[in-house]
Amino acid sequence: MNILQIIIFTIVKILIVVTIILLAVTYLVYFERKISAWAQNRIGPNRVGWHGALQSFADVLKLLLKEDIVPDAANKPIHTLAPIIALFVSFTTYAVIPFGPNINVFGFSVPLVVADVNIGILYVLALTSLGVYAITLAGWSSGSKYSLLGGIRSSAQMISYEISMGFSIGGVLLLSQSLRPVEIVQAQSGWMWNAILQPVGFITFLVSAFAETNRLPFDLPEAEPELVGGYHTEYSSMKFAGFFLAEYANMFIASALIVTLYLGGWQFPYLDHFGLSNGWFAVISVITFAIKVAALLFFFIWVRWSIPRFRYDQLMNLGWKVMFPLSLLNIIWVAVLIMVFKL
Amino acid sequence: MLIEFGKVFVFLLIAIVFVIVALIAAKFIRPARPTHEKMLTYECGENPIGTPWVKFNIRFYVVALIFLIFDVEVVLLIPWALVYKGFGLGGFLVGAIFLFMLGLGMAYEWRKGDLEWVKPKVILPTLKNVQVDIKEDAAA
Repeated sequence: MNILQIIIFTIVKILIVVTIILLAVTYLVYFERKISAWAQNRIGPNRVGWHGALQSFADVLKLLLKEDIVPDAANKPIHTLAPIIALFVSFTTYAVIPFGPNINVFGFSVPLVVADVNIGILYVLALTSLGVYAITLAGWSSGSKYSLLGGIRSSAQMISYEISMGFSIGGVLLLSQSLRPVEIVQAQSGWMWNAILQPVGFITFLVSAFAETNRLPFDLPEAEPELVGGYHTEYSSMKFAGFFLAEYANMFIASALIVTLYLGGWQFPYLDHFGLSNGWFAVISVITFAIKVAALLFFFIWVRWSIPRFRYDQLMNLGWKVMFPLSLLNIIWVAVLIMVFKL
Repeated sequence: MLIEFGKVFVFLLIAIVFVIVALIAAKFIRPARPTHEKMLTYECGENPIGTPWVKFNIRFYVVALIFLIFDVEVVLLIPWALVYKGFGLGGFLVGAIFLFMLGLGMAYEWRKGDLEWVKPKVILPTLKNVQVDIKEDAAA
């Protein structure tokens, strides 16, 4: 491939990925409302479009037409910067996550990942850490007590769980011996999924992912009964939509990351023994990836509507006294596993 | 590999352009009719009292410090994890010693009460068998 073809393929891939994320996020909001309605024995949105299928688009349009109110007490440049960081971080993380094997298009072998970087996992860790800035800056710059408290709580929560997240990833790296997401997926062929080899690491990572995305039971930063709206109390119009979309995009990214690291990525167990042609192999792999991500997203929503919120000291205790030691033990467990079974 | 980083850079550019366009596009179609009441900080309908930048609990600061220490440990652990299979028992022992030290630091923080969120219990210093007699409330 010459440089021009690479550029064309890359831009096409990026546009497809961004479109898919946007559509997925929009429908994620819709499905969250539908599933919550189902969980609470309500009907849910059913007016806009077929069974309310266009509801999310109507909501975005409404937010687009709303007045943008920035309070006088706020620090205006930072107040504007915060939602930009939030959205930017939540979109760009997806650049390194593989969603299928190599496919043949017009005689070229194209990998189904935007960028196959050899430090992919470090890139993901770095960008997700930036997400803390969005929330902290939003909380600080709004000039409101609720926002400040929400922002500070949130940053403390996110950094606490980032530790156990980092150590859980250590266990995955021990097995794959690589920071490339593509190689991490390939290391989990057959039933050698990391979720099966290191269940403790899987659980700590999953719980940390819930905390990092500020989902219930860890949604202390925006605990409605005590902090109004938490860090986005003073946001309206498209800036609010930015935070809202970023939250759901983060959920999508977290699910894709969990699938890549622990659930075998796009691999369907033993699919390469079925003797399928390259095209069908790719199609089934991509569908497998989509189903795994969808199942995890359903799990995210399911947990939200089943479990009540933690108290703040319980949250911190869980992060530091349970998840952190467990993730340390997980690393030792994986190291011993490799020593004993020569994996 | 440089080309792959170039792809990431293109992705970053597209993302930032998309985000900024989305935020600016709304500017042309939405109304802007600010009034004094609208621009007040929200405080449940009352006029806001005092500065919004209130003092917050010092424990948040302690948590940030502990985070800093252990996050550096994560960074130190990743290179070890990446070459672990090539070093056999030696690699395992190095990692075990490192993790043991890490656990020791963790145990120290725990014992000192820095991981407690609710008012930590003060651990009074003791001199061999002599308990230093300080009243609980005086130390707190």
